[in-house]
Amino acid sequence: MARKSPFASLFKHSPFKPMQEHINVVALCAARVPDLFEALSAGDRAKVVEVKEAIFELEQQADEIKNELRAHLPKSLMMPVDRRDLLEVLDMQDSIADTAQDIAGLLVERPMDVPEELKQPLLALVRRCVEACDHAAKIIGELDELVSTGFGGRESDLVTEMVKELNKIEEDTDEMGMALTSKLFGIEDQMKPVSVMFWYQLIQWIGDLADYAEKVGNRLRLLLAR
Amino acid sequence: MEIIAQHGTVFIIIAIAFGLFMTWGIGANDVANVMGTSVGSGAITVMTAIIIAAIFEFAGAALAGGHVTATIRKGMIDPTPIVNNPEILVFGMLSALLAAAVWLAAASWRGWPVSTTHSIVGAIIGFAVTGIGIDAVKWGKVTQIVASWVVSPVLGGTVAFILMISIRRLILNTENPLQNAKRWGPVYVFLVGFIISLVTMFKGLKPLKLDLSVTMSFVLAAVFGAVIAGIGWALIRRVQVDEKAEEEHHFASVEKVFVPMMIFTACGMAFAHGSNDVANGVGPLAAVYGLVKSGGEVAQKSVLPLWILALGGAGIVLGLATFGYRVMRTIGTRITELTPTRGFSATMAAAATVVLASRTGMPVSTTHIAVGAVMGVGLARGIGAIDLRVVGGIVVSWIVTLPIGGGLAALFFFTLKGMFG
Repeated sequence: MARKSPFASLFKHSPFKPMQEHINVVALCAARVPDLFEALSAGDRAKVVEVKEAIFELEQQADEIKNELRAHLPKSLMMPVDRRDLLEVLDMQDSIADTAQDIAGLLVERPMDVPEELKQPLLALVRRCVEACDHAAKIIGELDELVSTGFGGRESDLVTEMVKELNKIEEDTDEMGMALTSKLFGIEDQMKPVSVMFWYQLIQWIGDLADYAEKVGNRLRLLLAR
Repeated sequence: MEIIAQHGTVFIIIAIAFGLFMTWGIGANDVANVMGTSVGSGAITVMTAIIIAAIFEFAGAALAGGHVTATIRKGMIDPTPIVNNPEILVFGMLSALLAAAVWLAAASWRGWPVSTTHSIVGAIIGFAVTGIGIDAVKWGKVTQIVASWVVSPVLGGTVAFILMISIRRLILNTENPLQNAKRWGPVYVFLVGFIISLVTMFKGLKPLKLDLSVTMSFVLAAVFGAVIAGIGWALIRRVQVDEKAEEEHHFASVEKVFVPMMIFTACGMAFAHGSNDVANGVGPLAAVYGLVKSGGEVAQKSVLPLWILALGGAGIVLGLATFGYRVMRTIGTRITELTPTRGFSATMAAAATVVLASRTGMPVSTTHIAVGAVMGVGLARGIGAIDLRVVGGIVVSWIVTLPIGGGLAALFFFTLKGMFG
């Protein structure tokens, strides 16, 4: 005679572990973007396709974690953070993977050559953006510690510092992106106009990786202050 | 009168059988909830939990189970209208036991979160109203009991909330959490021992012929707390920094300090549960036994014999050994969200609240208090996700249990009366 324990059913799965799993997959996904541009610079088409496949697969994985997490967050849950705020952080995390997917998709669909002048600064920008994503993942990694300290005190200060650091990285990427854009416009007469348009678009998208990473951090700060 | 003289032994045997069945059910189901916080936090294994529960449930029942047992036995009914028909009280107590047992079995089968305490209280009221008359129920006392069902989970939650906040202030949110955990750990252990032993001893051991003075109670409780704190200190001292676990979670070492501390709260919780819930099974048994032995004296002035409490304790241990360990294992694997610091706060708060209820003779639901304590930790933003629907389910089953327990008791009462009367 096993009575269903009201005590055990009180506990639902914590959303924080899946949040961390999600951003870890997302960060892996973003981390493949530099490979994409390296292969492109080297003119290795096969490699570009291969990396694109990997990015698509990781994005798919992230989507599954996201959907699973959403399905297990009914409104009847009492959580230490606001449910809507948490879902927004999740959305921002997911946008990083979506952006990586867009970049990979375009590079496969439209074969493009990297102008020699852009190669170095382009890779530097991509790498800095990936650093922003990694940093966001590190911040989300603090979620369990935040629960331990009740989203306050020293742990909260630590996370606030980490978010500030993330903001700085994002500022860097903004400057690098603008410098790269002006370089692109400097050589626009030597390129096909449509290529210029697409490169401009790509630079925007690469910058978006860091933008969304920054938003992950900023939204997390909203969770702290309830 | 003749009925009791004629069938006295039969009544006692039936009461023992039903009482054992009830306590068996308590051991099989409820103990798992009680130990769940300790097992779930990984502080103790299922095996340790069973050993702790067996010893301390029994100790709680035998040492401190008398007050609630007295309430169930004679606190809710005024038997003066039936002075000349004491067999009515015997039938009533037997039918109350049977009704509670049947309702609990049905609820278990359907998976409803029904409280043992609510079932027996509802059943006794039901029999008294139909069998003796509406005025036979001591409504003032019953109101107190029902109020305690609301107050006790809230109190447990409040204490848990305060404990959680204090652990954060003193330990987690400091520059050197591990050092502070080792410094304050023994103080918390002292509090566990001091509070539980003080509440138990404070004018509370009269049934054991141990009438301690107020000062003596305080001194003894302090000594007891200090001894326990000493043991805790020795255990805590050996906790080392776990570098690998630290990388994963900054507070891993602090949590490790709370692991040995939770052994004490687990003992306290089992003691508290034994002291309150044993009465659900043996209260009516004590009433039947007292009536038969005194040859039908409804006022029941006789002292509760210790063997009845011990029997209840044994029933709980039996339920634990035959069935409870399985339930405990299932529950333990589901409550992983409760880290040792959170589990400590919740368990200590629940144990203190239940012991206080036991001392004041209030039959409360230990499970509900544990739920309240966990919610307190949750309100301190300490738990990932708590399902609030469970609280709704508890309230509904609470409202349903009283009339059904009462109705069943009335039904069995008239059946028994027809059979023997």
